[in-house]
Amino acid sequence: MRQLQYENQNVLGTKLQVTWLLLAVILCPARALAQPPLSDVGDVRLVLGELREASFVEKERIVERLSARGDPSIRPVLSALLEDRLFVRESDHLIFIVKSADDSLTSLELIDPVSLAGAGSASRDDLTKIGTNNQLRKRLRALVARFDLSGPDAAVRLAAVEEILRSLDAESLALLRARSTVEPDAGVREQIEIGLGLAALDSGDSRARLDAIAALTRTLRPQVRNRLAGLLERTADGGFAESDERVRQAAAQAVHAIDRWRTFYGVVETLFFGLSVGSVLVLVAVGLAITFGVMGVINMAHGELMMLGAYTTYVMQLAMPNHIGAAIVLAIPAAFLVAGVTGVILERTIIRFLYGRPLETLLATFGVSLVLQQLVRSVFSANNRSVETPAWMSGTLQINGALSITVNRLCIILFSLIVFAILLFVLKRTRLGLDIRAVSQNRAMAQAMGIRTGWVDAMTFGLGSGIAGIAGVALSQFTNVGPNLGQSYIIDSFMVVVFGGVGNLWGTLVGGLSMGVVDQLLEPYAGAVLAKIFVLVALIVFIQRWPRGLFPQTGRAAETQA
Amino acid sequence: MSSTLRFLTMWLLAAALACPGAALAQDTIKVGVLHSLSGTMAISETTLKDTILMLVDQQNKKGGLLGKKLEAVVVDPASNWPLFAEKARQLLEKDKVAVVFGCWTSVSRKSVLPVFEKDNGLLFYPVQYEGEESSKNVIYTGAAPNQQAIPAVDYLMKDVAVKRWVLEGTDYVYPRTTNKILEAYLKAKGVKAEDISINYTPFGYADWQARVAAIKKFGSAGKKTAVVSTINGDANVPFYKELGNQRISAEDIPVVAFSVGEEELSGLDTKPLVGHLAAWNYFMSDKAPANKVFIDQWHAYIKKPKRTTNDPMEAHYIGFNLWVKAVEKAHSTDVEKVLAALPGLEVPNLTGGVAKLLPNHHVTKPVYIGEVRADGQFDVVWKTSGTVPGDAWSDYLPGSKEIEADWVTL
Repeated sequence: MRQLQYENQNVLGTKLQVTWLLLAVILCPARALAQPPLSDVGDVRLVLGELREASFVEKERIVERLSARGDPSIRPVLSALLEDRLFVRESDHLIFIVKSADDSLTSLELIDPVSLAGAGSASRDDLTKIGTNNQLRKRLRALVARFDLSGPDAAVRLAAVEEILRSLDAESLALLRARSTVEPDAGVREQIEIGLGLAALDSGDSRARLDAIAALTRTLRPQVRNRLAGLLERTADGGFAESDERVRQAAAQAVHAIDRWRTFYGVVETLFFGLSVGSVLVLVAVGLAITFGVMGVINMAHGELMMLGAYTTYVMQLAMPNHIGAAIVLAIPAAFLVAGVTGVILERTIIRFLYGRPLETLLATFGVSLVLQQLVRSVFSANNRSVETPAWMSGTLQINGALSITVNRLCIILFSLIVFAILLFVLKRTRLGLDIRAVSQNRAMAQAMGIRTGWVDAMTFGLGSGIAGIAGVALSQFTNVGPNLGQSYIIDSFMVVVFGGVGNLWGTLVGGLSMGVVDQLLEPYAGAVLAKIFVLVALIVFIQRWPRGLFPQTGRAAETQA
Repeated sequence: MSSTLRFLTMWLLAAALACPGAALAQDTIKVGVLHSLSGTMAISETTLKDTILMLVDQQNKKGGLLGKKLEAVVVDPASNWPLFAEKARQLLEKDKVAVVFGCWTSVSRKSVLPVFEKDNGLLFYPVQYEGEESSKNVIYTGAAPNQQAIPAVDYLMKDVAVKRWVLEGTDYVYPRTTNKILEAYLKAKGVKAEDISINYTPFGYADWQARVAAIKKFGSAGKKTAVVSTINGDANVPFYKELGNQRISAEDIPVVAFSVGEEELSGLDTKPLVGHLAAWNYFMSDKAPANKVFIDQWHAYIKKPKRTTNDPMEAHYIGFNLWVKAVEKAHSTDVEKVLAALPGLEVPNLTGGVAKLLPNHHVTKPVYIGEVRADGQFDVVWKTSGTVPGDAWSDYLPGSKEIEADWVTL
């Protein structure tokens, strides 16, 4: 490895240096391997020292100079600068890497940037961070990637190639070319080929350009598409950027093919967005489908029960600050309990006296919603609380160059389907579900059969409220947790339940998902505000024509209710 | 009956304003504070109320003004725009304050404007705004578009070489007017219509995935793209979260925000935001000695060493000092005399340089572009060489560039 780099340097360096270096390598290889020649160490320190007063542009030049030697021992310095861990000690203007620059530390542990040995510690006041800006960070990432290209881990190498592809230049291209012959991993090689293909488009030989286009047609990366489309553009003097007619044709075909795939994946992406919006709707509406759909209670405080669930998540994270992920998982049963118990209390103390009087129920629960809002305002203040997203739920799954799916949305889709399945199971396969259905279909008969209808009412309402709490946990992951959280979702959830057909869980599922998809299909054309209005208008028209929703309840019970 | 009564009040009011010393014979000078202490804007405006209280306190410790003590009259318009007008009337007509420091949102300013003009009050407005307004009774100590939006776009165009623009805003008057000015400016600079994408979302918008995906797509056309964000309020949190989620880093598509400052970031996990930009006339991280003194005073006054300072606070600092200077110069708190004394006065900025009040009732300000750091503060990456004079009526809008605001000679 070291040998290779010195050979690299031979090309760059003067004859004299070459002989000297070769001599050094041959005469005392162990010493040469252990540390670079002294004069170099001094140089590195000198150049590093310039970082102290350099502007961002000068800093960029300095890191270029440092990494131009190709010596991987500079990598820790580059990554420290990238991660805000490179500091200058004010007392002697020396540059140090610090182990961690965490805010809670008052004294930072120093590491020498050249020998990488520990160098004691210094108080934060004596240290000044060497700042970076976007451009410098981008450059640093590219430089670090060059060193990572020969790392032992295939995933690191893949990330490095990705990084290099973002800003391809002659130097990085040479590295890619060298790597392509020795790269053992097929996935990494494939990415390297893309880079080489892009470079081949600049070659003088039109045959090579044609081959490159043929190879690149299969990739969906935007860079490739833009590069190919660039060949078809006219230059200022009226000719084409690409002189050869055949190459132009091939490029046009390739762009066409890539565009077709990209359009296809664009539709897939929109559908995914629609499903994710829809699954949120299902999640917030499914609890209401029980309290409103099955019991017939218009509960205006449903949104506030979701809010309680979201705040429960916040409290759980506060209680377990080091286990954000576990806190979220534990928040699910906790939110179910908090919201469920609140629901039971609500039902026993207020709603049960108002059965059969929808207007009074509406007003009373609306009052309860205001009380609950003020309660969290008094306890948690009116400001929004931030709920963190655990690492395993953030980021994207890159399916291919054109399609990527965010992990948190995928989690929410799966989560809402699981909640729906569990709810269906409870209603159809358990004793409680049997009681609930019996009471909702014929209260008097159920009572005559020995079912404690009061208890079933409380449990049903508690179940619906608990599900609202669970929905709150999901909502906390992508919206603001504040006292008004419930208000923004209450209308949506009523809409979904009415659209799907009151009293039908499947209707809620289909209704919610389809409303989400329609909303997302419209949004790119109409904008967020208009899309919402269109959906509302369509819903009104739909309800006019089919007042009982998508899946109206049939049978004698439904007839008597109506 | 009622008309006689109105005439009487008007007459009394006029008399009171004409010779306040004689008519009211007060031993304190009343300073009105019109900031929401509850409701959605409380998070930002409470800080400004505390800033004015601190400044009043400091002035009193220095011996007050014209030999009298200052007395702050604090009212709470509760983020309710019509209530702003009502509370303003109460301050001017009942409490007879000499000056009012207040308002945050443009809609609240528009709401109190007729009251101040009718009662001939004096309002110091401390927040960056969309311009296209000029009132004899309002001193605008925040930035006009040419002191924030235009320099930010210039920076992106020249230093970051941005070629494609997304103007993303919340759907109300400030973003719409600002984006109209920016669109005209970009087109004047030769940006093609297809390289500008303008979009508005409602207040409190939370489901950003489709919008952010659209921005990502718009930005993958091979030209350097930037987002100019006039998104206001808590919709910013899910917006930045989604940017992080879809792996849009500031190095690829930087977002420059005009309404996100230290205070807004203080409740946020800022690690995914590192490198995104904000344009302001003040940053807490500025190392100027005056700023250090101000921050220490603030921490001592508020008794919380972690509290941040921000741009509108500095605007109030400038506004308060301007008013004190004008009163001293006029030897009176009478609005007409103070207004006559104000133009041309200079007070120091916290970050160096001076804020000079111009005849159009705007001040000169330095412009800074900062990148978000991991600790929620900003690193200044660009600044104007001197200060920029505020321009009330944008030079880039037809029908606006002809208008000249001048309360001295016109």
